[in-house]
This record gives sequence, C-alpha cells and structure tokens, in this order.
Amino acid sequence: MANEAILFVSVWRGAERGRFVDYEIPRGGHQTVLDAVTHIQRHVDPTLAYRFACRVGMCGSCAMTVNGVPRWTCRTRVDKVAKDGRLELAPLKNLPVIKDLTVDMESFFNKVRRAEGAFVPAGDTPGDFAAVPPASRPRTLADAAIECIGCGVCYSACDVVAWNRDYLGPAALNRAWTLVNDVRDAGNAARLRAVAGDAGCHACHTHQSCRTWCPKSLNPTASIAGLKRATARAAMRGRL
Amino acid sequence: MSVPAQTWLWIAQRASAAVLALAVSVHLVTVIYAVRGGLTAADIIARLQGNVAWLGFYSVFVLAAAVHAPIGVRTILAESLPRAPRLADAAGGVLMIVILAGGFRAILGLYGAG
Repeated sequence: MANEAILFVSVWRGAERGRFVDYEIPRGGHQTVLDAVTHIQRHVDPTLAYRFACRVGMCGSCAMTVNGVPRWTCRTRVDKVAKDGRLELAPLKNLPVIKDLTVDMESFFNKVRRAEGAFVPAGDTPGDFAAVPPASRPRTLADAAIECIGCGVCYSACDVVAWNRDYLGPAALNRAWTLVNDVRDAGNAARLRAVAGDAGCHACHTHQSCRTWCPKSLNPTASIAGLKRATARAAMRGRL
Repeated sequence: MSVPAQTWLWIAQRASAAVLALAVSVHLVTVIYAVRGGLTAADIIARLQGNVAWLGFYSVFVLAAAVHAPIGVRTILAESLPRAPRLADAAGGVLMIVILAGGFRAILGLYGAG
C-alpha cells in the first residue's frame, strides 16, 4: 500500500534532452500540483525551473504536463490526479523546452499573430460606442470563445500541432473566430485568408483534445468548425 | 499549392463524402438485397449490361471516390512525411488516376459485358 504521507514526484529535468528525476515530498491537505513543484524548488532542489504567476487560475502561466495530460498546475489538486500517490511532471508538449518545466511560448504567440488575432478597427472613428446586442448571433458566438487566456494547454494537447508544425493550433484559430464574429472588426478579408488551408482550420481533424483539456471549458473545435464554414463560403464567393 | 486551392480541396472532400454516403448506402443495400434474393453473379451481370441507370450511378460513385480518397491520402502523407510535401500532392494525383482508370474499366466492362 502506498505511503499516504509521501508524494512521489518524477520531474523532467533538462531541456529538449533530459531525464525524469524522482523526488519524495510530504503530502498536504488540499495540495495542488503547483504546491508540489514549489515545495521541490524551495526545499529540495532550488535549481528547478518552472513558471507561475497568479496561483489562482487567472494567468495560465503554470501549465504543465501532469501524468501525461496538459493542465494548469495551480488549479489541479494532487488528490485528483495522483490516485496512486505518484505524479509525473513534464513541460507542455509541442513547444521547445527552455529548462525543466518551462517552455518557449514564442511560436505559440507568433501563431496568434499569424492568424490575424489582433482587432482591426474600421477606418473612421465612430461617433458613439458600437451597439452589439448581447443576444445577437455574432455576439453569442464570440462570447462562447472569448474567455481564452492563452495558456497553451490546447496547443499542447493537439495531435495536429504535433504532426504539422505549421498548423496554427486551437488557440490562435479560436481567437480568430472571436474576431470573425466581432461586428466592429474590419480585418476579416485578411483573417480568413490567414486561417484557411493546410496550416489553418482545414487541417483540424476534430479530435477535440483541445475541448477536453481546456481549463476554461472552451470548445476551440467548434470555433475551428465555424472558421471552416466561413472560409469555405469566402472561397466559393472568390474572396479568399 | 495556394491557400484557396487547399480550401477547395477541403470543400471537394466534404462534398464527395456526402455523395459517397448516399452511393455506398445504395450499393450495399442493393448487394444485400440481390444476394438475399438468390441472384447469381451471372444474373447480376446480365442486369447491369446495357443499363444506363446503373452506368450513371456507378460513374458518380467512382468520380466521388476519385475525388475523396486522394485528398485524404494527401493529408495523411503530408502529416506523416512533413519534409516531403510535394510527395503527398503527387501521390494524391496518382491515386486519383488509378481510381478513375480502375473504376471506369470495371463499370464499362459490366455495362458492355456480353
């Protein structure tokens, strides 16, 4: 029987090449995975590199691969994922490892830019606030996808990203979908071109790993399906 | 390949899938019905011979398969061999020719069988 007072933690040490190192730390009540990582860094090995900021599920910077699954470590209770008293912690997949549990997010954020993920204001400054009825269809669709905080969990979970390094990924495409549905935005011609094709929405296989593991319970697969329809319509009208 | 062309491939694969869903259903139901009814291969060939309706149906079937399968194979190859993107395009093209040639050879053979 496992010792219930001890938590066995295997942590990835190194960069792209490295190995798992085993630690034994005390278990605590309501202990989160981030608590476990912090304990190792503060009390066992201060050279351990990891990333966190808010600790309360707002910033998304503490995402790691926990027992093979991408998660926010601050919002993941050890009791929930370490049924046999063991944790395996690795950096997020599909991103270059800087050191230990930290990854280089540059390619992830560059893809948001490549997907035209920035709001493009219309030419003239409007005289008043734009009125967007909360119950309107574009607003409803945008609302369903808008809460993404760019943590990279979906990107790490996505098989297509692993197979196709050019693929924009769920987060960038989800962001583009919110803007496609933003009635104030004037950048959709370029945006639909940016998100179409083999490196864009049409590469998605609808595996729905992004939806399964999104800590915000968003559904990027549905956003990507929306982009598939929007880009197909644009292609048929000769506007792609 | 341009982004609009890639998008059209996606549209063509979805549209051909819709055609295939219907065509495969008709094909399988007909096969099961014919076999359960006790028809022999010779009986079936005799009924297909000179039948323009079946010629048209299976022509549509082959065309849909010749559009659908190569696009899927192209995607699988592109994901499996990311360093050889043109190989995927070429393999898709070759597969399309093979399906068209083999499919229409079979259809025309049955239509004109004596």
